[in-house]
Amino acid sequence: MANALLEMRGITKVYPNGVVANKDVGFSLREGEIHAIAGENGAGKSTLMKIMFGMEEPSEGAIYIRGEQVKLQSPQDAIDRGIGMVHQHFMLVPSFTVAENMVLGMEPRKGVGFNAGEAVRLTEETARKYNLSVNARAKVEDLSVGMKQKVEILKALVRGAKILILDEPTAVLTPQETEELFHELQQLKEQGHTIVFISHKLKEVKAICDRITIMRGGRSEGVFQTREVTEQGISRLMVGRDVVLKYDKDSIPHGKPVLRVEQLAVSDSQGKALLAEISFSVREGQIVGIAGVEGNGQTQLIEALTGGLRGVSGSGAVSVKGTDIRGLDILGIRSLGVSYIPEDRMRQGSAGDASIADNLISTRYRSKDMNKGPFLHSSKIAALASSLVEEFKVRCSGTRQPVGMLSGGNMQKVVVARECSTNPQLLIAEQPTRGVDIGAAQFIHQKLLELRSDKCAIVLVSADLNEILELSDSLLVMYEGQIVAYFDNPSAVSEEELGLYMLGINRQDKEQTGRALNHV
Amino acid sequence: MNSLLDVILTTDFAFSVLRVTTPILFAALGALISNRAGIINIGMEGIMLVSALAGVIVSAYTHSAWVGLLGAVLSGTLIAGILAFFTLKFKTHIILGGVAINMFASGGTVFILYLLSGDKGSSTSLASKVLPSVQIPLLKDIPVLGPILSGHHILTYFSILSVLVVYYLLNRTPLGLRIRSVGENPHAAQSVGVSVVRIQYTALLLSGFFASLGGAYMSMGYLSLFTRDMVAGRGWIAIAAESMGRSTTVGTALTSLLFGAADALSNALQVLKIPAELIATLPYVATVVGLIIYAVSETRKKNKKLKTTTTK
Repeated sequence: MANALLEMRGITKVYPNGVVANKDVGFSLREGEIHAIAGENGAGKSTLMKIMFGMEEPSEGAIYIRGEQVKLQSPQDAIDRGIGMVHQHFMLVPSFTVAENMVLGMEPRKGVGFNAGEAVRLTEETARKYNLSVNARAKVEDLSVGMKQKVEILKALVRGAKILILDEPTAVLTPQETEELFHELQQLKEQGHTIVFISHKLKEVKAICDRITIMRGGRSEGVFQTREVTEQGISRLMVGRDVVLKYDKDSIPHGKPVLRVEQLAVSDSQGKALLAEISFSVREGQIVGIAGVEGNGQTQLIEALTGGLRGVSGSGAVSVKGTDIRGLDILGIRSLGVSYIPEDRMRQGSAGDASIADNLISTRYRSKDMNKGPFLHSSKIAALASSLVEEFKVRCSGTRQPVGMLSGGNMQKVVVARECSTNPQLLIAEQPTRGVDIGAAQFIHQKLLELRSDKCAIVLVSADLNEILELSDSLLVMYEGQIVAYFDNPSAVSEEELGLYMLGINRQDKEQTGRALNHV
Repeated sequence: MNSLLDVILTTDFAFSVLRVTTPILFAALGALISNRAGIINIGMEGIMLVSALAGVIVSAYTHSAWVGLLGAVLSGTLIAGILAFFTLKFKTHIILGGVAINMFASGGTVFILYLLSGDKGSSTSLASKVLPSVQIPLLKDIPVLGPILSGHHILTYFSILSVLVVYYLLNRTPLGLRIRSVGENPHAAQSVGVSVVRIQYTALLLSGFFASLGGAYMSMGYLSLFTRDMVAGRGWIAIAAESMGRSTTVGTALTSLLFGAADALSNALQVLKIPAELIATLPYVATVVGLIIYAVSETRKKNKKLKTTTTK
């Protein structure tokens, strides 16, 4: 293409661990456009951007800027050629001021010293020029996320960036901040900048981008004019199939109650009520969904069910298969057949530096099967790990690979594999598909439904209404630590109706919510 | 008790505090620079020992104390360079490298000393030179202050000057900005084209430079000869001073002074009838007490912060 500002041809990237992140990818950027790169987690978007910004060198392929082949061996090379990047995790030094962060690496001097006044002046001048207001003297650690992102954009601009790469810029922003960012990006475009916008949020891509390159499994699926493709069309290319959250659930009779919570009340150390009058049960083969705006007691309820509330003042009864679990530690609760998929897979769900195999056996390394005398039975562990990796379709280079090196979706699959493969009687799933691509999410949903068919009782806490409405057999809504609604046929409930309960506008009477205990 | 006060409330004692603080202060400043660049140099002890010996040998053979100092500084910086090379180039763990440097220095200095002087204990047979002490005109005539502040070894004055230099370097120069950015968020530094490895090299070399000044002071000022393992833990105390000083220049200098005072006290108290072993523990008791005070104040601060955020 003659008018390509930047072009990448035949880019292949194989990491030393054997993972092929990009395979023969072509990418072409026109001057003055906003170009989206969309794809699922692990589709190779980030790797492609790292190559464009000189953070990774491609195994094969070449990069051209205005038709001239260039080698980008470090971010500095990319910066010198007018490429700037706004990383998803901000590259800022928290204790520095905005001005200091702006000029780091190109500090103005006064004699041998650092010219702080000039740094502030330069920051203010750049901010004015691009109409992005920041306080040059403020410390970065005191800024809001949206402000930090502005500093990052300015950092790239002050270094003369004409091409700006933004890696999932809206993931951390509030809706208002997102709108502001879009406005700023439009302005930059009008001033002649070219923007690469990485995202998997299709609405945003449609709203702001001129063209879109879609990636799947490390390959490019093609370039499209954004206005010529529909969201459904994009998602079909991203996932390779139509994304519909519709599952065929066999109607199975619900058996005996597994989890029974009665009149649970919990208050914090200052006496403020966190949970009040929580009563519900979950029976064999039943998925009970818990919906609610975050911070309405769901966290405390999960803690109460998983043994995290020992020693906190509270009243009521929580029993699993007739055994009171209050006072039991985590091991005690797990030995009753309880599994738990925690919300935070990085901090709670897995050990990043440990291998996939080690993570998979972390709940069962005590069992006789996994041991041979005083030692772990390594061949059995390896066999178990490979069969789970295969069954759960974890994309990795082998079971000895550290979990932390996997993409988010694959990491979550490891957690789900561990928790689902121990024949649980009760599974507590907390945001099981948060931040996971559509393909992995569907896979995880299928696994939950399989467990349900095997008569497992499931508590599903999720902020994803689509997920919770589709999967649950019964649905509870929590608001300010209480159950404010109970539905026995969630798929018939509309999102709008649910929203009224979640926001505390509507509230069912005691008789209706009380049905959560016996489901009659 | 009176005799204790008699010992402490003298200009001699105050003078000796500055005298024994000098090597700790130098090494602590070195530790400060490398720590701020995110790389902990635990080889201070070894670097000081090597430079102490190098100062003695070079000055003995060149008959010049100043060339001796140069030799001390070059050899100490070289050792730091070797540590940096293995850590940054070959990715050896810095703790492992530091331990190796310390053990190598402890044995190696004795070996070289024996080769050159035939003595395994000290360098008495080498005619090494000593750097001069300086009388400061005007100041030396002021009562009380004069005897405390004037007449010190030239490196003692240089160590005080170094506090200002390091403060300026870290807070007011582009290099300082880069050192701090590398220590706090290396990814951020790298993303704007700052070479993390090069900055850490620089920081380790600077830490070696300051540590070797401390080492040179040991054998060319504090004492006028080299004795085996003469650094005697000062490198470690310096690392403690740096972290107790919360990685700030002023804090590091003040804690170094505190450790120096404890050290001086243990020297001074030897004239009293207190068991020498007990007195020798003073600097370490001071360390423990200091760390406890620090930990308590940190916890209080944290609790306070927690309270204000929860009441918000």
